[in-house]
Amino acid sequence: MRRFLLIFIPYAWLLALFLIPFAIVLKISLSDVALARPPYAPQLDLSQGWEGLRAFFAGLDFDNFTFLTTDDLYWKAYLSSVKIAVISTVLTLLVGYPIAYGMVQAPDRWRPTLMMLVILPFWTSFLIRVYAWKGILANEGLLNQALMWLGIISEPLTILNTNTAVYIGIVYTYLPFMILPIYAALEKLDGSLLEAAEDLGCSRLSAFWLVTIPLSRQGIVAGSFLVFIPALGEFVIPELLGGSRTLMIGKVLYEEFFSNRDWPVASAVAIILLAILVIPIILFQRNEQKQREAEG
Amino acid sequence: MSQTGAPAVFSPWTDPEAKPLIRFRGVTKRFGDFTAIDNLTLDIYEREFYALLGPSGCGKTTMMRMLAGFESPTEGVIELSGQDIAPVPPNKRAVNMMFQSYALFPHLSVYDNIAFGLRREGRGKDQVHGRVQEMLRLTRLERFAARKPHQISGGQRQRVALARSLAKAPKLLLLDEPLGALDRKLREETQFELMDIQEKTGTTFVIVTHDQEEAMTVASRIAVMDEGRVIQVATPAEIYEAPNSVYVADFIGDVNIIEGRVTPGEGAVSIDWAEGEPPIRAVTDAQLAPGQSCHFAIRPEKVTIDRERPDRPNAFQGKVIDIAYLGNISTYHVRLSGGQMVKAQMVNARRLANRPITWEDEVWVGFSETAGVVLER
Ligand SMILES: Nc1ncnc2c1ncn2[C@@H]1O[C@H](COP(=O)(O)OP(=O)(O)O)[C@@H](O)[C@H]1O
Ligand SMILES: [Mg+2]
Repeated sequence: MRRFLLIFIPYAWLLALFLIPFAIVLKISLSDVALARPPYAPQLDLSQGWEGLRAFFAGLDFDNFTFLTTDDLYWKAYLSSVKIAVISTVLTLLVGYPIAYGMVQAPDRWRPTLMMLVILPFWTSFLIRVYAWKGILANEGLLNQALMWLGIISEPLTILNTNTAVYIGIVYTYLPFMILPIYAALEKLDGSLLEAAEDLGCSRLSAFWLVTIPLSRQGIVAGSFLVFIPALGEFVIPELLGGSRTLMIGKVLYEEFFSNRDWPVASAVAIILLAILVIPIILFQRNEQKQREAEG
Repeated sequence: MSQTGAPAVFSPWTDPEAKPLIRFRGVTKRFGDFTAIDNLTLDIYEREFYALLGPSGCGKTTMMRMLAGFESPTEGVIELSGQDIAPVPPNKRAVNMMFQSYALFPHLSVYDNIAFGLRREGRGKDQVHGRVQEMLRLTRLERFAARKPHQISGGQRQRVALARSLAKAPKLLLLDEPLGALDRKLREETQFELMDIQEKTGTTFVIVTHDQEEAMTVASRIAVMDEGRVIQVATPAEIYEAPNSVYVADFIGDVNIIEGRVTPGEGAVSIDWAEGEPPIRAVTDAQLAPGQSCHFAIRPEKVTIDRERPDRPNAFQGKVIDIAYLGNISTYHVRLSGGQMVKAQMVNARRLANRPITWEDEVWVGFSETAGVVLER
């Protein structure tokens, strides 16, 4: 009985918070826009009995998905999102790895403090922190003022409302998700392995490439997925920091939903986004499983 | 040790012409204010199998790590082939170390672990392959070449570590408790394997162990250490038969230690050790002052046990308190009339039922004048 409960609870959770909403979104994506409330048809009306159900299913079609292929806005948005997500994942890795490495090298008594500093930003609202970047990156913002005061530049740089600002925002926001798994992997690394590598003729640098990097691979992969997956559907950061030409699927989704009130097309966009994400999510799960096997 | 004419006994340390491969001169290593190695001076010669023996925490690993280059001495100089090695980084030393934890690379196969050092030397593919095959054969690991370290047993892992450290044919191989994780039988096998490898390759081995039997089996010389100092360096036989201190006598093998005061005499000294007991007579080279306190150390197997008073220079009466039967031998714990306990060992040449001495028997223990050693400290 207890075992049943233990298994049942996570599945019930999954059912209630993922599968049912997913089914609803899928259903809306197969419906048509209507001037009604909610703004789509057909609606499932069980009072009509069997006939009602038949009519309901007859009303569903793939028109919205076909529509997505007719306007190149959509696939361009998907492609641009993937590009931005990939680039920001790589940038986050380049920034996060040295930080995680430094944390592991730091004396033991410093580690809790450093860990705290990595997690600290989560204590304030994500929205406020992204807004704060507007103030930093604006033409008259802190960054430009500082650079001009130092004499590095004479004209303010245009960063805000460009893709650069989006990269900065994503790297900043998701950095802890990159640092923590890499830190966990590096912390487990047995120091005598590096000594063994040196003993066998490696320089410090080649020991890093041949031992440290491969042995922290699982952390790198985990961190990259934890950044890539949310970055792909990111809406707030491109909305607040990106320009009018920053094309991301999260923004398209928002516009379809709230500006156009076209729920069915918005749902279709969401379903395809999910389909794109399924591949990295499965790869991520496989990585986690492999790690568990290697440790087990 | 004058065996002139006999086939050359391997003992370069007795040859004043011989140049040591390694030379520690006044080496001290401190961690903060803790002294791990205290003013160490010793020589290790080429082709030696040099064992460092001592209790846990006495500085054996630290000494190895200084040789490998992972620690540098706080004071003093370490020379390898006459060169101070302080400025040479670990990856440039002709020294390889087999780590106490093996430190095998978990992401590489057995083959790639062994090839690791060879590939760093920029040798050709065929050359690397040939050498790895040779090492696999030597350590009998051919069948496991493709496995990852977590897919093989502890004993096999230990052999991989050995093969990996041998692959580059170092001048000096450091083995830090290489056999600690093995069960007794496998350990004994591997000890002989090690000696065999050493003979074949001519490498100089320094082995750390806290197992005295292991040191006795494999070593050409043993250094007995305590708290960062070397107490005695000698061949296994000398260490056993002629320890220079109570510490060494007690550390190696089983021993009876009797405290007393010396009366010098011609040939042998007399040691007064208990009221109402005759003094122990012992031959010694040590120059002892009359009345000086000393310890007399004697191995149990050099003490005989009889029902009748034996015709020996030293004979004392006592009672059997305990008998430890070990199969091939038995150890008798005898309480002498003065209350001291003495262990005597006898080979069980006869079957159990035929042996005359048993618990509570009144017996005599005896030994010759040369059976034990007189120790000043
Ligand atoms: N890096 C270090 N920092 C501080 N103390 C150390 C360090 N390495 C070893 N020691 C100390 O030095 C002593 C000798 O250690 P070690 O050489 O490992 O002994 P063992 O003979 O058991 O191999 C121990 O008391 C140990 O605590
Ligand atoms: Mg040790």
